[in-house]
Amino acid sequence: MTPPQEGRTGLAGLAGHTVPRQATAAERDRGEIGPEPADVLLTVNGTVHRVRLEPRVSLLDALRERLDVTGPKKGCNQGACGACTVWVDGHRVLACLTLAVACEGREVTTVEGLADGDELHPMQEAFVDNDALQCGYCTPGQLMSAVALMKEGHHRDDAEIAEWMSGNICRCAAYPNIRRAIRQVRDSGGRAEQEGES
Amino acid sequence: MSIPPQIGRGVPRADAHAKVTGAARYSAEHRPTGAVHAVLVCSRVPSGRITGIDASRALVSEGVLAVLSHLNLPRVAAQPRLIPSLAGTTAHGQSFFPMQDERIHYAGQPVAMVVADTLERAEHAAELVGVDYAEEPWTTTVDQGRDRAYEAEHIFGGFVPGRTDRGDVEAGLAEAETVLESTHRFAANHHNAIEPSAATAVWEDSKLTLYDTTQGPTATRLTVAELLGVPPSNVRVVSEFVGGSFGGKAMIWAHPTLAAMAAQHVRAPVTLALTRAQTFSNTGHREEQEHTLTLGARSDGTLTAIRYRKLSPTSHFDDWAEPSLGPAAQLYACPNFEGVYDLVRANTMTPTFMRAPGEGTGAFVIETAMDELAHELGLDPLELRLRNHADTDPETGNPWSSKGLRECYARGAELFGWHSRDPRPVQGARREGDWLLGTGMASAVYPVYSVMNPQRARARVYADGRAVVETGCSDIGTGAATVMGQVAAEALGMQSEAVTVHYGDTELPNTVAAVGSAGAGAVSAAVHTAARKLRDQLVAQALADQGSPLYGADPDEIEVRSGRMSLRGSPGTGEAYGEMLGRNMTFDAEAVGSWQPPGRDSGYGTATFGAQFAEVAVDPGLGLVRVRRMTGVFAPGRVLNRRTAHSQLMGGMLWGLGQALLEATHMEPNQGRWANPSLGEYLVPVNADTPDVQVEMLEVEDRVVNPLGVKGVGEIGQVGAAAAIANALFHATGRRFRDLPITIESVMAPA
Ligand code: FES
Ligand code: FES
Repeated sequence: MTPPQEGRTGLAGLAGHTVPRQATAAERDRGEIGPEPADVLLTVNGTVHRVRLEPRVSLLDALRERLDVTGPKKGCNQGACGACTVWVDGHRVLACLTLAVACEGREVTTVEGLADGDELHPMQEAFVDNDALQCGYCTPGQLMSAVALMKEGHHRDDAEIAEWMSGNICRCAAYPNIRRAIRQVRDSGGRAEQEGES
Repeated sequence: MSIPPQIGRGVPRADAHAKVTGAARYSAEHRPTGAVHAVLVCSRVPSGRITGIDASRALVSEGVLAVLSHLNLPRVAAQPRLIPSLAGTTAHGQSFFPMQDERIHYAGQPVAMVVADTLERAEHAAELVGVDYAEEPWTTTVDQGRDRAYEAEHIFGGFVPGRTDRGDVEAGLAEAETVLESTHRFAANHHNAIEPSAATAVWEDSKLTLYDTTQGPTATRLTVAELLGVPPSNVRVVSEFVGGSFGGKAMIWAHPTLAAMAAQHVRAPVTLALTRAQTFSNTGHREEQEHTLTLGARSDGTLTAIRYRKLSPTSHFDDWAEPSLGPAAQLYACPNFEGVYDLVRANTMTPTFMRAPGEGTGAFVIETAMDELAHELGLDPLELRLRNHADTDPETGNPWSSKGLRECYARGAELFGWHSRDPRPVQGARREGDWLLGTGMASAVYPVYSVMNPQRARARVYADGRAVVETGCSDIGTGAATVMGQVAAEALGMQSEAVTVHYGDTELPNTVAAVGSAGAGAVSAAVHTAARKLRDQLVAQALADQGSPLYGADPDEIEVRSGRMSLRGSPGTGEAYGEMLGRNMTFDAEAVGSWQPPGRDSGYGTATFGAQFAEVAVDPGLGLVRVRRMTGVFAPGRVLNRRTAHSQLMGGMLWGLGQALLEATHMEPNQGRWANPSLGEYLVPVNADTPDVQVEMLEVEDRVVNPLGVKGVGEIGQVGAAAAIANALFHATGRRFRDLPITIESVMAPA
């Protein structure tokens, strides 16, 4: 693969060729970063990464474009679809509306962090069992919301599940199956049970 | 020893694991070394000329590699010509390619493209590109262009005539004892697949690899190659995971070609992902439309005449309208029919397929009109449908290849409890507190389109007992990949768990785009042909092999179960494929199968049918409508996977709910652009909007459409669902809702 070269428009080379100014220790101490790129430490699924970021970069773009963590999806980039749902310190957030620099020192968990090695999380298994997905693009966000919803205790009945899952659009409209998957995990006390083939 | 049939089993999706773990990579998620980002700049005016492009600020912005516009982008090698992707050839979404000259034809048209090293730098620089326009007058709505409407010669890429006639409508109306006329308006709709369209282009010398989110990798290959003027064999398209489509990725739009041009220009791989807002003007839409229907009937309900006109805006380049007249023309045995498509040239892009393209709107019109007629005549709505049941295809008089509609009505009515329904459509006849309750039903019909090209697949058996099946098709969430494995397993005499599927790549055997609900039929035919050929080849090899226990046996006496060939009635005599291959020191065996579709003139009417039922609760004070339950029974021919087919039908029915109550893209007539291009303002159903949905499939045998008799489930679920909901609203309130979507305001408005 050829590296990027100067384009035919005759522009200056890549900005990456220059060394942007780094925040000084004093600025850091005052909590100031940017506008130039700065090194940020991000903990994602238990691994600490040093990433060079401009402060305007969203957590979603930092994950997808810098760390190649592409489980979190970009459906709207404006907080309307939930495809980018991840956890920050265990709470669900929309990664497209969260600045990456604001996550320094926090635990970021994405769908890649749900399974325990090769063993799927019960909610992942329940999604497979109940065909709670079709194209799969909303699925990482649905899963992060669904597992969080269990912890939040918003799973008493279908109406409550539906309400608290309504921040995650599924254009394939797998909604009834998503509710069924959540019920399955709830009713099995966190253990997924293999349902028979329908 | 015996294994259950593999076809029809509700096996879990082949790609489910990748999708629930986040391992599935979609088109904007491939990261070739050195990849950079392109971002489009789109026109804010709907009509006119570009008088100047100021790229100076963008060019000095950090990380920017290029700013491309009509001033410096190469000309495309061919003038694009719209051909629907079902044809299996190039599939330009419109007969227009942007950034070739200074003309602006519609708002949202790409006028420039910024390439930079990171996404945020490209996005930022795109904001810095200054574009000056000389605006010209525009037309963007039906109302603005009504007086300039013209009758189309053809629509739908030339596949559907602008006018259809049968019998004598005037005579039919003269014969009628009841004549009903109604006008229906539909807001424009956008697909809003949750993955916005995106492409990643990688050049290696003269070879291009495109990761494209598409319903048809081959369609992308042929279309992009034609525009770039390169041999199609130099273009490889990979499209393994596609984040939904619903028609928005059925045709090939400008962005994959633009990504390839940008990559050529900066000599680095380029990812071009449309923003959500950009998808509203770069991947087509369902057009705004107005339908006028006249129904004539005798007092016993028998239809004597149907007259139908549709008026809708199209682009300046193509005569496109979705074929909405189909359901009225095909559902009932009415001898006299006249249908006309009127078009208005407008400053929009060419509209395109959107799930149930035409049938979704057309079934709403005929099926709410039938409800109205039933009410006028004092007949049960279901009984009126039965009285007009079309025993043969009313358009041609041909027999149906298969039907099952009567059975769908009967089963649906039973499941839903239709016959205990209180027939009075009176406001408040049934209530629960402030909620008024009502129920409604409708018929569903969707054509079985015949594909045109040979459909190919490759099957391979390994000596270790596993098999692989390959076709180029993409799986847009339908379950195509899953059913490929099942169909191959059935033909090979194996378990589907032992079959691996490869798909979504033009390097694999060619199949048509997964469009028009035809994907499952075409792909299953190809896979069945290949796998059956391989099975027969392996059996023949065994029978000719002196070392085989089956040496010299009659091929008709061989059966294969779990990959083991044996004599029928004497299962002990036989051997596994793998044993035979191993003995002959071969590691694998394979066959390519090619299925030649029967062509358009099969001599049969081919369509899928179904029946829809819905219950609503309405709070007229607040304008709220809640769909409490939906029941759909469909006859889709052979069902390849009950689980994935169920999901497709359920999703379609919930799309009908969205169509009925939520979905509208509003054209701002004074600006000439979409007013609500976002998922915050284009409303789609969310979890709390959707009831549980009851779906049943009645299998009907079809020996005409394709070898396995598969009629498809992608769209039929949506057809008629909105009509059933609107009819339920009438039942609850005594008021007719003729326009879609049915908004809170219209429900609140006094009758
Ligand atoms: S991408 Fe964040 S909410 Fe849609
Ligand atoms: S599975 Fe396609 S959007 Fe939810």
